Amino acid sequence: MYTILREFADSWFLLAMFAFFIGCILWAFRPGSRKIHRDTADIPFRNEDQPAGTGASARAHSEEARP
Amino acid sequence: MWNYIKLVVLALITLMAAIAANFARDLAYQVHAIIIIAVAGGLFVRTLRNTDEPVRPAETGYMDGVIRYGVIATVGWAIVGFMAGTFIAFQLAFPALNFEFLQGIGNFGRLRPLHTSAVIFAFGGNALIATSFYVVQRTSAVRLFGGNLAWFVFWGYNLFIVLAASGYLLGSTQSKEYAEPEWYVDIWLTIVWVAYLIVFMGTIMRRKEPHIYVANWFYLSFIVTIALLHIVNNLSLPVSVFGSKSVQLFSGVQDAMVQWWYGHNAVGFFLTAGFLGMMYYFVPKQAERPVFSYKLSIIHFWSLIFLYIWAGPHHLHYTALPDWATTLGMVFSIVLWMPSWGGMINGLMTLSGAWDKLRTDPVIRIMVISIGFYGMSTFEGPMMSIRAVNALSHYTDWTIGHVHSGALGWNGMITFGALYFLVPKLWGRTRLYSLSLVNYHFWLATIGIVLYAASMWVSGIMEGLMWREVDANGFLVNSFADTVAAKFPMNVVRGLGGVMYLSGALIMVYNLWMTVRRAPAVETAASAMAPAE
Repeated sequence: MYTILREFADSWFLLAMFAFFIGCILWAFRPGSRKIHRDTADIPFRNEDQPAGTGASARAHSEEARP
Repeated sequence: MWNYIKLVVLALITLMAAIAANFARDLAYQVHAIIIIAVAGGLFVRTLRNTDEPVRPAETGYMDGVIRYGVIATVGWAIVGFMAGTFIAFQLAFPALNFEFLQGIGNFGRLRPLHTSAVIFAFGGNALIATSFYVVQRTSAVRLFGGNLAWFVFWGYNLFIVLAASGYLLGSTQSKEYAEPEWYVDIWLTIVWVAYLIVFMGTIMRRKEPHIYVANWFYLSFIVTIALLHIVNNLSLPVSVFGSKSVQLFSGVQDAMVQWWYGHNAVGFFLTAGFLGMMYYFVPKQAERPVFSYKLSIIHFWSLIFLYIWAGPHHLHYTALPDWATTLGMVFSIVLWMPSWGGMINGLMTLSGAWDKLRTDPVIRIMVISIGFYGMSTFEGPMMSIRAVNALSHYTDWTIGHVHSGALGWNGMITFGALYFLVPKLWGRTRLYSLSLVNYHFWLATIGIVLYAASMWVSGIMEGLMWREVDANGFLVNSFADTVAAKFPMNVVRGLGGVMYLSGALIMVYNLWMTVRRAPAVETAASAMAPAE
């Protein structure tokens, strides 16, 4: 059992993981990703004070969430 | 209805803990059973008082109460952990501080795991849980998933810490580095951790943003990997259900391999991936500009994930572990240098165009020095993993110095930066109480780390050279006690570095306290007009 697993780990699974890794990197560089990445990088600057879609004023939630 | 089930469960737990306390085979187990009686009994009374009371309407908005508690716990445990560390540093310099009347509780061997767990799991863990709850809500634009489950995570995790810490002092340990708690404490942590995963994953799955921000990727990898590591490394069989002693399922070299697979990935995923999540949110926020390169952050993430998990065997050079395994660990550790520095560059360059903030904003300064220390210790680590270097450095103070430049420099400083950012936000203040106090903290902490790391380099290299020195006939020149005596001045300097770091942290506590007490509140005119919810 150990030998079979070891054989598999050394060959096909190693190849599969490496291919997945390279795939992730290439995917990051796909055409059109720049716009998406710029938008995603701006996420921290939105919805700072309350969840999206709640209309109440910016400070309201933290006043009432206080224990 | 839910309250009645809770009452039954809590009553059963209290009863079983009482039985366990009665039949306990050792003191640590008995004390833990009593702690559980107190906690479960207290919760029982609390639930009972709330049962059949009118239910308050569910709150909307971000769930910040639990984060405020997390921030307080982080700061509190920081002081406990730093004090324990400074004290044991002086115990090494002056052995008389292992007081006779504290033998078996307060000597170095008992306090050392208390120190490491207090800083890594109590200070670092609470910081990670609190900031991850903050970041995942803001970047997903939804309230935390699971209602009061987040409170369970916070209190459950801190109960784990209390059990672990009191267990160490009373001698309940399975002697695995950074995984000392015994079997029932491990099981409790597993339950809490699964709840943590549910809260975090649930929030991400209900997100209103189309994409998952990179900080959440890092936090999620930290949560998932720690769950995996924790379970595999703690596979053990208790000797008795009424005692704390357990026997590991793995033995010999397999046990060593699993332990350091765990140990190094605790560094890689707890102290690196989790804190990188902090970096990728709080540095852009404090610098008020998006991360330098989002692509680089993706590459940084996947490279770390794929490489870190293999690096563990470098802790076992020149042991019974096969050579191929240690070589594998060494090679992957060296390859890791690149993505680590990619991440460092990404963090630092986020400030490009805003470098002037370094002069005006001491919080940015703290964050930048932390990224600098991240870069430094991720260079030093791969170097020390090389077998030839390790032959000199292993078992010496150099390793201790390396760990502390990472922990104090990177983890500590980035957490201080995040705390300085969070406290005014969470308590609705316009700003910190005093920026000049932040400045004092910055310099005290930085000089403290430099004293610590430099003295440990000198001490470690000296130690390594003295151990390997042989005379013309091939006999060792120095006895072990000679090296201990020679380290005395460096040990004193290390202790002083610790004192400086601790006093910086005490200044922070004062500053944060006064921020909540005295700093001007954010204009509340708006909240007066908000509909009462």
